[in-house]
Order: sequence, then C-alpha cells, then structure tokens
Amino acid sequence: MTARTKATPLGRLEPLPAGPRGVLIDCGTGEAARACYRALQARRVSGALEATDLIPGATTVLVDGVEEPELLAADIPDWVLGEESEPSGEPVEIPIAYDGPDIEAVAGHWGVSVEEVAEIHASVEYEAAFCGFTPGFAYLEGLPERCHTPRRDDPRKQVPAGSVGVAGAYTGVYPRSSPGGWQLIATMTNPGRLWNEHREPAALLVPGTRVRFVAVRL
Amino acid sequence: MSHIEILRAGMLTTCQDAGRAGWAHLAVPPSGAADRPSWRLANQLAGNPTGACALETTLTGCTVRAHRNVTVVVGGAPCAVTVDEHPVSWGQPVNLPAGSVIDAGPAEVGVRSYLAFSGGLHPKASLGSHSTCLLSGLGPAPLTDGDTIPLGPAPAHPPLPTQWPAPWAGVTEEIVLKLHLGPRLDWFAPDTVAELTKGVWTVSEHSNRIGLRLSGPTLSPAEGGRELPSEGIVAGSLQVPPNGQPILFGADHPTTGGYPVLGVVGPAAQAAGAQARPGTRIKFVPLPVPQWST
Repeated sequence: MTARTKATPLGRLEPLPAGPRGVLIDCGTGEAARACYRALQARRVSGALEATDLIPGATTVLVDGVEEPELLAADIPDWVLGEESEPSGEPVEIPIAYDGPDIEAVAGHWGVSVEEVAEIHASVEYEAAFCGFTPGFAYLEGLPERCHTPRRDDPRKQVPAGSVGVAGAYTGVYPRSSPGGWQLIATMTNPGRLWNEHREPAALLVPGTRVRFVAVRL
Repeated sequence: MSHIEILRAGMLTTCQDAGRAGWAHLAVPPSGAADRPSWRLANQLAGNPTGACALETTLTGCTVRAHRNVTVVVGGAPCAVTVDEHPVSWGQPVNLPAGSVIDAGPAEVGVRSYLAFSGGLHPKASLGSHSTCLLSGLGPAPLTDGDTIPLGPAPAHPPLPTQWPAPWAGVTEEIVLKLHLGPRLDWFAPDTVAELTKGVWTVSEHSNRIGLRLSGPTLSPAEGGRELPSEGIVAGSLQVPPNGQPILFGADHPTTGGYPVLGVVGPAAQAAGAQARPGTRIKFVPLPVPQWST
C-alpha cells in the first residue's frame, strides 16, 4: 500500500524546456509527480495557470501549451508540495478473473504461488499514476517493490481487450486489443467500461483515480 | 443530399480539423491537420470558419463527387486539379456543381494536399474533433472508395473571389529545421549538439502522421543502458530510441514515451516536416536551451 500521509516536502522540482510552449517538470519520484499534478490542476482551476494540456508521467508532469513558459519555470522551484488533497471518494472496483497466461511466470518472479499472486494483486489499493500507450490505458501504481516485474522478452502481437498485465512497478488493463509486452495475469470481465467517448470523462481511470481489483470466477 | 462521396481515396485520405488537444492526460494524441498553415489557409479561401474539417491526402491525391453545389479549395501540396476532367486552379476557390467530380492529382512536391469544402465536412466526431487518428483509432476511419461524408451548411458569406494563389511553404529536397534543445539534452553524449549541427538525416519510407523516421548519423546516449521513466511528449519532439536514429513526432504522436527527447521543433517546422517526402534531407539548427534551465 502506498503511504497516504503527507507532511514533509517532496523534494525539488526541476523545470526542463519542452519546445517553445512546453515545460517538463521533473519531480524526481512518482509520489512528487502525483502531488505536482494535483498542484498544477488546482492552479489551472483557479485561473493562475493557462495551459492546453497537463500530462503526468512516471516521475514528471508535462505542461504543454503555455504562452510564457519562462514565467512558469521561474515559479516552479519555489513550490512546496505535500499538502495537496489526496484523491477522495471510494476507489473504483474492477472485477477480474486471475486466469492470465503469464500468471505462473509472474509467480516465479515474485517467488510465490499462483494463488498468492492473485491475493497480493487484489489486496493493493492502486492509484492511476498516468495514462499512456492507448486512450484509457492507465499505469496503476501501488504494487510493493518485491512485486515489480520485467516485461516479456517477446511482446505479443495481439493482447485481447480486458487483459490485466504487470510490468515494472505498474499494473494495468488493456482497453482494446493491441500489441503488448506486459505479463498477463488476469482478465477484466467488462473492458468496455474503460473507455467510452460518449461519457465524461471518456476514461474510467483518469490520473489520480484510486483502484481496487476484485477477484471473480468467469 | 448534402454530402460528398469519395470516388478514389488514394494512398491515404483522412478527415482533419484542429484535432483534440486537451485530452493528452487520457493518452489521446492531438491529431488534426499535419500541415496546419496549409489546412488553415485552404479553409479561409473556402470561406470556412477557423477549425473546419477538410480532407488531407497523402502523395496520390483523391477524387470526390459533390452531391450539392459547393466551393472547393485545394491547398497544401501543389497538384493538378480538374473538375469533370477540365483543369482548374490549385489554391483558389473552385465552384463544384452538384453531381460533378473534382480530382486532386498526385502531389508534384510535398506530401499532403488539403481539400476544403465550403460548409466544412461533418463526419463522426470523437471528443469534439472530426480528425482521424492513426495511432489511437479515434475519429473516422481512413477513407475508402465509396465513403460519403456529410457537408455542413454553406457559409452565410460566400468566399471572396480571389486571384491570390495559396502560398506554399516550398518544401524542397532539403529542409532545415530549428530545434529547441531539451528537455533531455543531458541524456546524450557531450558531442551531440556538434553532431546535430553538422549531420544530415533523410526521411525514411517508414514515416507517417505519427512521426518521421530519420536515418543518418547515430545520436548516442551519455550512458548506455539507462532507462527513462515514461514521460509526456509534445508535438514536434525529436525522440531518440536506443538505435540512435531519431523520430520527429507528428500530429498523431503518442502522448508519453520512454526514450529521451533531444529537442523540439516549433509549429512552422512541424508543417514543413509534414510535407517532407521519404528521401528528403533534413538538417537541424540547434537553438540553445533557455536561460532558465541552465
């Protein structure tokens, strides 16, 4: 579980140039990047920041479409993060069946049984750290370090929609069929929930969303 | 009926408007017209409001039948234009009576021509944009022969008669792009800026709206084997994967990536890149990182 207490500052933020209208803020850690993203969102809502896009990454936030990046860049190093409100509300629950083709390989990496892979994976409360790869795909953070997992040596040409994978520090669910290199441990029963462009927001798992997986049998 | 019909889609013809910026945090690429200035001007000459949806062709042009009277402007990559097989002007408003056929021929130079129809095109929208995205599959699918696309209401003010041809960026066999260095310059070997200044790259065949793959001198990392955690990418980013051959990202670029970005080209250079054919030579003029980041 990620710690949810925030009392101390999260280190120095480093602004880097990303073209004539962009600033990439290197936050050093994932935790600082989450806090920085929330701080940027709050500034945008209050009107203190105008930007086309705020794009969280693993340990960064990219601010794109700013008129005067030098002013933002001058301000950033003075920010003290750590007091932003945590994501509120109930976590989103995602029913999945632990029947993925790589679950035995993952059990080997983690040094546990197949049943324990499911127990551990379903016991964690995750946070959608950032989205990438394809619309609606969220990199979910929260697995303990001993459960960080290498990618497959040979990526699959076709991963079915709804496949739940682990790779590096993250777990995630493929919203649609696509190539992919993550180790597949489970299947989401209703992957259509992940992305619906007629819904606001279109993605179920926007950055900052808390997530829990619930084990079901198919 | 108030629509157009695609008789010949050519190699790749898509619907493009201003795209869907603002959704990158959900992994939605910006998309939109690859050569913005040409697309914008074609729309203006057709009397359309800013942001109207037009056709974007790729190298081989396209052929379209109008099912109502409509004004058309063919801009972007210069090409031969005919209406019912009679030559008409490129870069100027052309009247297309209901039932007649306009053909935009193969690009004489450049890659992408734009066909702007008065009233604009109204295919299926996703997240507020009619643009086709090749990477994510959002928006209407790339067009195929026989597709029909609804036309919007004709503009209240008909297009001004004009004798001004649409200006053209004039992409030649070699283009020079200003590259704003950063964000990850320090991930590259110390001689990288010198390499960039004297090197010449060529646009590979494996280039598309997602990006131009460039072949030429290898750009080396400062330390081998280091992995960059995934981070956001802006349009125009020059990303360098482990093989050292850079990719210049275009309109349908991925929103995040795990390889370092050496520099970013601005909007004018992105438009020039969008018109660079395979084989085009590309040189870079590196612009120093701004003072605030040193």
